[in-house]
Amino acid sequence: MEIRLNGKVREVAEGISIRRLLDELELHPMRVAVQRNQDIIKRDRYEEVVLQPGDTVEILTIMAGG
Amino acid sequence: MRDSATLKFGGKEFHSRLIVGTGKYPDYPTMQKALEASGTEIVTVAVRRVNLDRKQESLLDYIDLKRYTLLPNTAGCYTAEDACKYARLAREVGMPEMVKLEVIGDQRTLFPDNEELLKATRTLVKEGFIVLPYVNDDPVMAKKLEDAGAAAVMPLGAPIGSGLGLRNPHNIMIILQTVQVPVIVDAGVGTASDAAVAMELGCDGVLMNTAIAGAKDPVMMADAMRKAVEAGRQAYLAGRIPKKAYASASTTMEGMIE
Repeated sequence: MEIRLNGKVREVAEGISIRRLLDELELHPMRVAVQRNQDIIKRDRYEEVVLQPGDTVEILTIMAGG
Repeated sequence: MRDSATLKFGGKEFHSRLIVGTGKYPDYPTMQKALEASGTEIVTVAVRRVNLDRKQESLLDYIDLKRYTLLPNTAGCYTAEDACKYARLAREVGMPEMVKLEVIGDQRTLFPDNEELLKATRTLVKEGFIVLPYVNDDPVMAKKLEDAGAAAVMPLGAPIGSGLGLRNPHNIMIILQTVQVPVIVDAGVGTASDAAVAMELGCDGVLMNTAIAGAKDPVMMADAMRKAVEAGRQAYLAGRIPKKAYASASTTMEGMIE
């Protein structure tokens, strides 16, 4: 199924959880924040939140800034 | 309060009065050395999309979290709603519940939008954040932010990245006399004397990024800034002489031959 991930269309497995998505992207759950369709998903819900086709997902992290 | 030996806000205490940004350095190792030379204990960071196209070095690999407190910003936000969202996202990444709150009102000057800034301050204070708003050099606004629960106010010396120094030291002085919370000059510092001027006025701290990161030698400039902030603070505590229009001889006339 298709989702929109960080502004780009991406093909992911049907019924993928946020936890699984992070694993596939090799991202450490402790170093990111995840927003799904405008809602911030708390870290303890990464396993249970399953993505739907057409979801907009943003994965953010700490970057350099002033 | 302003004579305190340490910088205190939001229940935290710091010995360095210099807060340094992590943006715009030629590379992370230079940033790491500059942070060290600056003696800072607080460094600002941003929240942005993870780069999924290529593996990037992580900023966090170059920042010793035992040594530095990270202060996430809301740079690039133009509404209270957006700024609050970024503050919450930073908390989700595991940052302390502390935010350098920026709500920008104009792209060219990056001046703050007072109305939205006040709104965002109220919301985030209610949610338990330690809010450090970046504000115009406006004493009325600074007071409103203090009343809204801001843990410190951070008036600009000049536009972000401009290096123009403190354009209105009189306003900064009035802010110092108007609010009880710490006053940290944020933005506008170009060189060491600018930082010293802010500290000589009695400011509780100075926040800078471009002045160090953009210098020809960022590490040496960071060291200069550390000294300037310390010297300015000492001069403030020592109490400068009043300015006079005419000379006042340092050497007595007594004992001169006739």
